Parts: sequence; structure tokens; C-alpha cells
Amino acid sequence: MKRAFLPLTVLVLVAGCSSSQNWGWYVIDPTTESGWTNVKFLASGMGATIQISLIAAVLSIVIGLIVALPGLSEKRGWRLVNRVYVEFIRSIPLLPMLFWVFYGMPIVFRSMGLNIPIDPFWGAIITLAVSDSAFTAEIYRAGIQSIARGQSEAAQTIGLNYYQTMRYVILPQAIRRILPPLANQFIYIVKMSAFASVIGMQELTRRANELVVTEYRPLEIYTLLIFEYLLLVLIISAGVRWLERRMGSDERGQ
Amino acid sequence: MPDAVVELVDVNKWYGAFHALKDFSLEIGSGERVVICGPSGSGKSTVVRCINQLERHQKGTIRIDGVELTEDPKSVARIRSEVGMVFQQFNLFPHLTVLENLTLGPVKARGLSRKDAEARARHYLERVHIPDQADKRPIQLSGGQQQRVAIARSLCMEPRVLLFDEPTSALDPEMISEVLDVMVELAEDGMTMVVVTHEMGFARKVADNMVFMDAGETVEQGKPEHLFTNPRSERCRKFLSQILQH
Repeated sequence: MKRAFLPLTVLVLVAGCSSSQNWGWYVIDPTTESGWTNVKFLASGMGATIQISLIAAVLSIVIGLIVALPGLSEKRGWRLVNRVYVEFIRSIPLLPMLFWVFYGMPIVFRSMGLNIPIDPFWGAIITLAVSDSAFTAEIYRAGIQSIARGQSEAAQTIGLNYYQTMRYVILPQAIRRILPPLANQFIYIVKMSAFASVIGMQELTRRANELVVTEYRPLEIYTLLIFEYLLLVLIISAGVRWLERRMGSDERGQ
Repeated sequence: MPDAVVELVDVNKWYGAFHALKDFSLEIGSGERVVICGPSGSGKSTVVRCINQLERHQKGTIRIDGVELTEDPKSVARIRSEVGMVFQQFNLFPHLTVLENLTLGPVKARGLSRKDAEARARHYLERVHIPDQADKRPIQLSGGQQQRVAIARSLCMEPRVLLFDEPTSALDPEMISEVLDVMVELAEDGMTMVVVTHEMGFARKVADNMVFMDAGETVEQGKPEHLFTNPRSERCRKFLSQILQH
């Protein structure tokens, strides 16, 4: 961990050390004991950010598919279900939705006689997953619609039912076009997970906020925070590029 | 015809305001070969697409083996097991090998074991004269080979009727005959076939009944030699003279 942060912090330090005493890079200087403690404190939010993002992304991928399928139906009623969900969810800003889920949903549950508490962890995950699913649903829809109609017709004429047609014919072809944009969406989730700090989730942004309160060095601490997100996003984009290369080299169109 | 496998009675089909089929009737007996021809937009593809319910007709009756097609999913599933279809654009599954293309239906829809399905697939690949392409992807085959794989894929479902929707229209000229040869062989083996095509040589050779359509209606039908030598209607005469010119 120390090694990964060293080049980044050194970079900022070099930028700061030549000028006046206005700079306070010492708060995140890993070579000093207190600096190292601070860096460790900040980085300790990494696990929560990654967990929230990963679980939310997986849920979003599942919900997105479930929402996308009625959007591909020939029946208008089903398509309407899809449109209403996508337009409605897409229109809600993340922060209000987060408040609604975290503060509002337990009340809804209680009114139904259920005692389901929502902690910051699951509150953040539900919000991120649902909010993102409107976008993943559109990605699925576009990907599936890009597969020629003749494919599902051919599947039907050899007796496959709807599920089998999707499972064995359409999705295996669509997935190559769906995965790269889906992975991109993951980057979005990671960044949006910063909002979880507002409801008290101990993730990267929350840690930075807390340290700013005690150290009162917002510039230095938020700078490090930005680099923490940069690091995460760089890792994901490297993964996306690897995926795209793999998919691309495996592409066999008709 | 009491032993009609496929029976269409006064079938009507609209696409929005466009009246694609107007009171269209046709009977296809067991082992019969019917060729449907006509200018583009005349509704000939719609006929075969209605027979296997890729398109739902709005009025009239379609019976397969005496059982009427309704919107009931069971009736659709039933015709899917009796009626095979070969498309103009082949519609092979590009992500699967030739063998997998052929076994998918028998294994997933019919519940055959993989071993039996593969044996069946190889049998029909043999029959369309490409036994050694089983492990290739469709994209690695020529158009003519792809269409023969598509025919084999339909045969693997062992249908009672095989529908062909302009099976040679997307092929390069030098590949047309290899596909037609396979179709002639199928006809000689007694397969019931409904073929939408402009290949008049094929029609002359195998068709028991030839239907000339225009504007969603049957203009004329009968033995191919009748239509070729002595068409009653002006429209039919004109159409045939145009496509037989070359």
C-alpha cells in the first residue's frame, strides 16, 4: 500500500515544497509518523468504496437486464413498464434518492409492518444499484436490439422458447457489445459512491472529510482523495481495455 | 384434399394499413412441393412466415395437420415442431460452430442427448454434402455452404414441412446450384416443401403446384408447365417472360 501511494504523494510534495509555508503537505507525508497515520486512515476507506461499488455494480447488471427485457417486448404494455422505470429512475438525482432510501424506506417498511433497518452500507448500495440500473437497462436494450432479428426468428423456428432464445442465441452475441459500456458504467458507480459519505458510510470521501475536520488541511487531503479515485478508475479502465481487446479479437460477426 | 399437411383458408394479413394477404387460400398435401413466385411485395414471403407463425395472420384459418393455429402458445409450439424454415439470409448462429448450430434445437427444444443430436447432425451434414465442416464457424464457410448448413439445421428438427424463403436470393450465382441440388434431392426423397423462389428451373423440375401471386392474392396456380407455356392471366405471363428472359 505504502509503495503505491509514495509516487503520488511525492509528486504533490514536490509541487508544494518549493513555495511558502501556506502548504501543509506534511499532513499526508508518509515519511513522518503522523503523516503515515493520516495516509493509512484515508486509505482505509478504500475497502468500503470498492465493496459498495462492486456489489452495486453486480446488482445493477442484474436489475438492468430484468428491466431491459420488457423493453424489447412486442407488447406495448411491457414496453411501457420499461419506459416508465427508465425515465423515472433516470430523472432522480443521486443525492435525493440516497436520502429517500436511507431515511424514507425504513418508514415505508414500518408502515407495512416490516422491521427492516437500512444501514449506510446497504442504503448506498441500493441507491447506486437502482439509480445505475436505468442506464444499464438501456445498454442491454441497445445491445440486444443490435442483434439481427433473423437470429431470434431462426431460434424460434428450431423450437427454442423465449428463455432459450435469449440464453443460447441472443445474449451470447449481445454480450460482446454490452460488456465494454457496462464496464464503463462501473467507473461511474465508483465515483458516485462518494455520496455514501453523506449518510455516514466510512468510505474514501468520508475519511477525507473526517481528517479535514481534525487537521484542517482541505487542499492537501482532498488532493490525495482525488488521486485515490484516480487510482481506482485507472485500474478499472485498464480492465475495460483488456476486456475490449479480448472481445474485439473474439468478434465473429455474420 | 383430406390429407393436407398445411391448409390456408381465406387468410388475411395487414401490416398497418398495408393489406399484405387478401383472402389467400392454399392446400399443401403430404409430400407435395409448392413453389410460390411473384413480384416483390406480392406477399409470397408473408405466406411462409404466416405458416410458421413468425407473423400472426389477422383473419382466416391456418391448419397444420388438421389442427388450427391459434394465439395459444401451445399451438405455436406445435407448428414449430412440424414446420422447418430456411431463410434468405441463412440466419446461422455466428457464435456457434456448425455442429452446435445443428444440435441446439434438438438438444434444447427436443431434449435429445448430445450424443444422439450430434449423430443426427452429422447425418444431415452428410446429406447436404458438407460432412467435414462440422467444427467450423459459419463465417468460415461460403454462402452456399452456409445455406446448406441452414437446411441441415432445419432437417435436424425432422419437420413434416420445410419452408424456404428465397433460399438462393442472397447467394453468388456460382453457389446457387449447390443449394438447389440439395433441395432437389430433398424433394426426390419426398419432403413436403413450400418454396418461395424465382428459380424457374427448380420450379419446373420439382414443383407439383406453382402459385403465382401478386398484390397479396393468388393470380394463378397449377402445374408449372401450364403456367410456363399457357398462362391464363396477363400479369402472370408478363412476370414469367421477364424472369425467363435471361
